[in-house]
Amino acid sequence: MFPLTEENKHVAQLLFNTGTCPRCIFRFCGVDFHAPYKLSYKELLNELQKFLEMEKDELILEVSNPPPKKIRLQELEDSTDNLSQNGGRISGIDDGSIVCKNPNLSVCNVCLGILQEFCEKDFINKVCQKVEASGFEFTNLVFSVSFPPQLSVREHAAWLLVKQEMGKQNLSLGRNDIVQLKEAYKWIAHPLFSEELGVPIDGKSLFEVSVVFAHPETVEDCHFLAAICPDCFKPAKNKQSVFTRMAVMKALNKIKEEDFRKQFPCPPNSPKAVCTVLEIECAHGAVFVAGRYNKYSRNLPQTPWIIDGERKLESSVEELISDHLLRVFKAESFNFSSSGREDVDVRTLGNGRPFAIELVNPHRVHFTSQEIKELQQKINSSSNKIQVRDLQLVTREAIGHMKEGEEEKTKTYSALIWTNEAIQKKDIEFLNDIKDLKIDQKTPLRVLHRRPLAVRTRTIHSMEIHYVDEHHFRLHLKTQAGTYIKEFVHGDFGRTKPNIGSLMNVTADILELDVESVDVDWPPALDD
Amino acid sequence: MATEPEASEPVVPSLVDRYFTRWYKADVKGKPCEDHCILQHSNRICVITLAGSHPVLQSGKTIKSISYQISNNCSRLQNKVSGKFKRGAQFLTELAPLCKIYCSDGEEYTISSCVRGRLMEVNENILHKPSILQEKPSTEGYIAVVLPKFEESKSITEGLLTQKQYEEVLVKRINAITATT
Repeated sequence: MFPLTEENKHVAQLLFNTGTCPRCIFRFCGVDFHAPYKLSYKELLNELQKFLEMEKDELILEVSNPPPKKIRLQELEDSTDNLSQNGGRISGIDDGSIVCKNPNLSVCNVCLGILQEFCEKDFINKVCQKVEASGFEFTNLVFSVSFPPQLSVREHAAWLLVKQEMGKQNLSLGRNDIVQLKEAYKWIAHPLFSEELGVPIDGKSLFEVSVVFAHPETVEDCHFLAAICPDCFKPAKNKQSVFTRMAVMKALNKIKEEDFRKQFPCPPNSPKAVCTVLEIECAHGAVFVAGRYNKYSRNLPQTPWIIDGERKLESSVEELISDHLLRVFKAESFNFSSSGREDVDVRTLGNGRPFAIELVNPHRVHFTSQEIKELQQKINSSSNKIQVRDLQLVTREAIGHMKEGEEEKTKTYSALIWTNEAIQKKDIEFLNDIKDLKIDQKTPLRVLHRRPLAVRTRTIHSMEIHYVDEHHFRLHLKTQAGTYIKEFVHGDFGRTKPNIGSLMNVTADILELDVESVDVDWPPALDD
Repeated sequence: MATEPEASEPVVPSLVDRYFTRWYKADVKGKPCEDHCILQHSNRICVITLAGSHPVLQSGKTIKSISYQISNNCSRLQNKVSGKFKRGAQFLTELAPLCKIYCSDGEEYTISSCVRGRLMEVNENILHKPSILQEKPSTEGYIAVVLPKFEESKSITEGLLTQKQYEEVLVKRINAITATT
């Protein structure tokens, strides 16, 4: 059923005369059910013309009767006259030439083609072909469109025009009484996408198809706003142009109606060409993989070690794990995070250190637990420097558990210690009895260049010694996370107090350090 | 780091040897034998210490007191740095004095920064226990920590002596003394 009624006729006629497309006419008449928008353009045009011609007949009938309508009609004629570009009079309503005068398939002066060819099946199918060629794995999708900012200016102009016209009929028109361009576009495009790709449209989907439109011919449409509202258009580093959609909307909300009318034609001019498609892009939201890693090498940093653009060591824990994941998930890049970190010369033994990897823009995202297990085996068989366990897919939110544990949880270590003076077993046994020792650590010199200088109090929960020889013993420690172990042993120029050297009244140094456990119970342990 | 320790002597280099490069400045401010040693960490941080040949470290010397008050209105103890970028640090030139050491024999020595950079901290432990300075001059008895500008982290040591050059200076000094006597 054709959605426009008697009371829409003046507005419809006015917009149609000035070069507005049928769907935009629906929008400005507040048609808020989807079905009419989905009709083909040709059908819509026919229906609209029929509707408007019907109006002509009625008008002729009514002309003789109530005089107010005639006045209104006169005004309509005047206003269209004023606004017509060449200044030529629109000749007579009587002969019905208004309708015929409109070139049927010209570019809409409001939507610049968005609700014309760009919402029709041919275009949508073209986008779908791109989606299918992109090789993403998806079970639903979110569709986003970006319109050129000057569309908002045209929308505003058309709104002022219609508002004025309705004012003459003592009707008001709020901003929300019209259907937003984007809304109408989605009503038409979503079902077409769903049908073509065979998956539902879901606003929460991680798979996004985005189309960006531009309209070079009219880019200057919004420039006059900068002169009137300079504070809305402040240049920013990461913006290509100051005329962003947000800035334009802000300016349009501020600008006075009469100022706008002075600067911009209402209705807007008819453009020569439709929008251009700047890009059609597919992207998949990140997925996350977590697990625990062991590090068995004293020559392997956790993350790539690059100084002055030069690599110090050829590999790293994160690369040994992530390279496989990148390949299998067909992702663009990754971000590695972990529950703390160890130095290049420190091993991580026991159950390992929890880590999580964000896989950015993955093309493949669906894996069975068996496939993940195989992936873990693949990582483990490709390097003897690291091993991975408990590998699993996790949510973004769950990563928080890993970082939460970072400060409160405990860690256990094993350190090989050298003393300058000869020691007997009995000289060091007192360390076994020390419980919950509070130590004050100044930020170690080795990290002071990149961390704030502070004194941090940390707790050494317990220590256990294993005597080796006159100058060596092994020390097992259980400490609060965030304790610098090397500094606790050698004292860092006396900047960690007390330290092993000061407790024993010798000079102590640390020869080897291993992390024995990171006591964070995330991610959940898996059976092998 | 070695896996299997062997003899009682340290088979591995010391903490300073492992992470720092030793630089020296001899006869600082023209005062004979007042040699300084600057330990530069691979992360560019510099620890200012006394060189082994400094008069204060010679046998028989007793330190009476140490003062970081270098003028009436400037004390290195007032230095405060905040945040990752160490805002508020006092800026030091090569010649900037760090502290004064007063000995029981009435001698007084001024210790200088020797490198340009921002003062991170001074060693307050030596105020309470000056003997640490003599017992462990290159570790716990350090004077101050200075962070050079990133872009100057290489050039600040250009005017300083390497370990080898410093040892040559010491040899010449001994030769000069034996020659005169």
